[in-house]
Amino acid sequence: MDVQAVLNELRERVMAAHQQRQPLRIRGAGTKDFYAQDAGAASAPLRDSRTDVTTAPATEGNTPDAAPDSSVLDLRPYRGIVDYEPSELVVTARCGTPLSEVEAALADRGQFLAFEPPAFGGDPTIGGVIAAGLSGPRRMYAGAARDFVLGTTLLDARGNILRFGGQVMKNVAGFDVSRLLCGSLGILGVITEVSLKVLPRPRAEETLRFEMPSRQAVEAFNRWSGQPLPLSGAAWWDGVAWIRLSGASSAVRAAQERLGGERVDPTEATRWWDALRHCQHAIFQSASSQDRTLWRLSLPDTTPPLSLRGDPLIDWGGALRWYACDPQSGDEPRKAASAAGGTAMCWHGPAPASGRFHPLQPATATLTRRLKDRFDPHGIFNPGRMIAGL
Amino acid sequence: MNQSDVAAALRQVLPDDCILSRDEELRPYECDGLSVFRQKPMLVVLPRTENEVRDVLVTCRRLEVPVVARGAGTGLSGGSTPHESGVLLSLARLNRILKIDPVARTARLQPGVRNLKVSEAAAPHGLYYAPDPSSQIACSIGGNVAENSGGVHCLKYGLTVHNVLAIRGLTIDGELLELGGGAPDHPGLDLLALVIGSEGLLMVVTEVTVKLIPRPQLARVVMASFADVRDAGNAVAAIIAAGIIPAGLEMMDRKATVAVEPFVKAGYDLSAEAILLAEADGTPEEVADQIAEIERVLQAAGATAMVVSSSEAERLRFWSGRKNAFPAAGRVSPDYYCMDGTIPRKNLGPMLEAIEDMEARYALRCMNVFHAGDGNLHPLILFDANTPGEWERADRFGAEILELCVRLGGTITGEHGVGIEKINSMCVQFSEIERDAFFAIKAAFDATGLLNPGKAIPSLARCAEYGKMHVHGGALPHADIPRF
Repeated sequence: MDVQAVLNELRERVMAAHQQRQPLRIRGAGTKDFYAQDAGAASAPLRDSRTDVTTAPATEGNTPDAAPDSSVLDLRPYRGIVDYEPSELVVTARCGTPLSEVEAALADRGQFLAFEPPAFGGDPTIGGVIAAGLSGPRRMYAGAARDFVLGTTLLDARGNILRFGGQVMKNVAGFDVSRLLCGSLGILGVITEVSLKVLPRPRAEETLRFEMPSRQAVEAFNRWSGQPLPLSGAAWWDGVAWIRLSGASSAVRAAQERLGGERVDPTEATRWWDALRHCQHAIFQSASSQDRTLWRLSLPDTTPPLSLRGDPLIDWGGALRWYACDPQSGDEPRKAASAAGGTAMCWHGPAPASGRFHPLQPATATLTRRLKDRFDPHGIFNPGRMIAGL
Repeated sequence: MNQSDVAAALRQVLPDDCILSRDEELRPYECDGLSVFRQKPMLVVLPRTENEVRDVLVTCRRLEVPVVARGAGTGLSGGSTPHESGVLLSLARLNRILKIDPVARTARLQPGVRNLKVSEAAAPHGLYYAPDPSSQIACSIGGNVAENSGGVHCLKYGLTVHNVLAIRGLTIDGELLELGGGAPDHPGLDLLALVIGSEGLLMVVTEVTVKLIPRPQLARVVMASFADVRDAGNAVAAIIAAGIIPAGLEMMDRKATVAVEPFVKAGYDLSAEAILLAEADGTPEEVADQIAEIERVLQAAGATAMVVSSSEAERLRFWSGRKNAFPAAGRVSPDYYCMDGTIPRKNLGPMLEAIEDMEARYALRCMNVFHAGDGNLHPLILFDANTPGEWERADRFGAEILELCVRLGGTITGEHGVGIEKINSMCVQFSEIERDAFFAIKAAFDATGLLNPGKAIPSLARCAEYGKMHVHGGALPHADIPRF
């Protein structure tokens, strides 16, 4: 089937759902089924990275679930890179394009997606990557997913195709709907195409290790972030701080000499940063096997160690902290995050009464509801995915 | 609502010295940086606190009086052109730097703080605020947020949206909104990104928290001459293709260098059809490597001459011409009209050719400065407003450039905003359904439509009118906008 026919079929299904007020679950490869306010503990994606973790099958035509689910809007057939010009630093792809295909095309020309989207051990679609808006270890240094979104095409609830932004770096015509859609979890409509800014892959990369307690590591991360160093990652686990440097070889070498530490073998370094990026680190495994609740805390990067039991996995120079907690501790991690000026998501395990996602401020929740009502008046897209009852 | 009734209501909530109502007091506010559009506001208010801003909004909401927010008034698209029966809300008095946090590398600012002042305040800590619009000496952070301002370094360091961590402000209903925050990720929709660049249509910003970054140890710039603008355009693509992201990458055509050189004495090669400025920053080793590489690429791309800045003073001198291109245009012509389209870089050649053709057709000169690295063009159309018909020709010239930007896969505005100026061109770039989506967003934040009405998004009727005008040609655009 050609892509136009695929798109027409998607439009027809959306229009029918809108008319019949039937909910649709927008889905790519299914690597982020767990990433939802209404996700049960059972659907969390904590599996051994050696097994085929995605529920997405390799062959077309199968549905990811045991029984075909008519409420699922499977976007994988709408795939393919539409346009890629390395000298323009822009790639445009249909939503169902596997992330691996986009990254391979970029790697061929020495470029990459600098926000390092997580794949969770599988192969998400590029539409899912942007709809979730999650970013990897380079986020604090290169930017987040939303920082690289240049344009999106939206299939709205009435079956219309709308284009926002474009394929150029600077564009302030109209409201920035493209960035609004990044991280929107599909509640406003189906992202059918995205244009992303890409960057040249750094010429040189080095990883350094330092043995130090977490308090000292967070202080060092902040101190170094205030200096002109080519940082591209800063993480801590189990008494060891990991620093990644990226850029021109001369800059990386100079920074390495200045910072000291122990140089990490490139293979081991790649393994470490990939595990962080794709949420395949040991803490994810142990949370699952030991029935712990795994919390993801987004904090000001200067936040000193929190008084929560157990050591966190720290990423983003201190701004992202993962805690494997006793399920009995309820939403204590959320309270600690709020007190520090951040938010907390219950990533895996039974969600507390306050919800899996951190509750929105009332004024923001009201605006979200109004936007939802206007974009999707019958509430067909991903009901309950971002906010309960929405 | 007449002026005295509104003034009386505002006097209930504001000190007298915060309200301007006399003709001579209102005059200075009748336009922003785009002076061809002038409209005297009904009233001007200058609150000093967030509470006073809220009181103004709530009062205007109750009386159903339009509100137009204004920062430093340097905007180039008429985004803060007043409304004839509205209140102009100046945020100029909210001008304090609330906190510079060198450890967290953030600055908490009131909206009236000038852009350059942020970097000056952060300098003792080795930090600065990256977005640097040419007007940075005067423009305010609040205005930068409203317009999502860029600058000459945004290819590497991003626009306002990439450098703002949080905003606090009020809706027309007086409701407090806090978007973003000290932590990098936030649950829910990215309303922070939506509000940045919303041109005062969604909320009034009362506080902005920005990211500060370490100042690079060193910056040097290569100035290269080209015998053909097309070669210069290809050289830009070659630099990017070589895997280099310069800190700045700018182009000026000969018409622009000839205009600025007598004014700034930057040392530009006036025999060149175009010059490129390519800046490298970082550690001394890194800069040396990158400069050598840029020189190699430019040489191969056909540069006829190259000079590398050998001191900070020389670097600033090379940039001074670029940063002063607008005032220089004002020296060689009584008036100029600055366009702001963005195109994919590969289409630079056809675009410049088309502009040359338009110069002949509209019988007006146009000089071109260009944020080449990110495809953002600033053609400066030179005209004399006192010569009958010249402004109308300049206006049509500009609209034709913008339509071509859209046809070439770009956009009508890269960093200056739509405001009132490019509102008709929005009909070309966006379909009715897309414009409806913008109105839906507007209504979610401001159901009354009182915040900056008539800007940024054209109504269906307006686009229908513009469509007709195209058919008839020659009709005066913006016919409904009063001129003085």
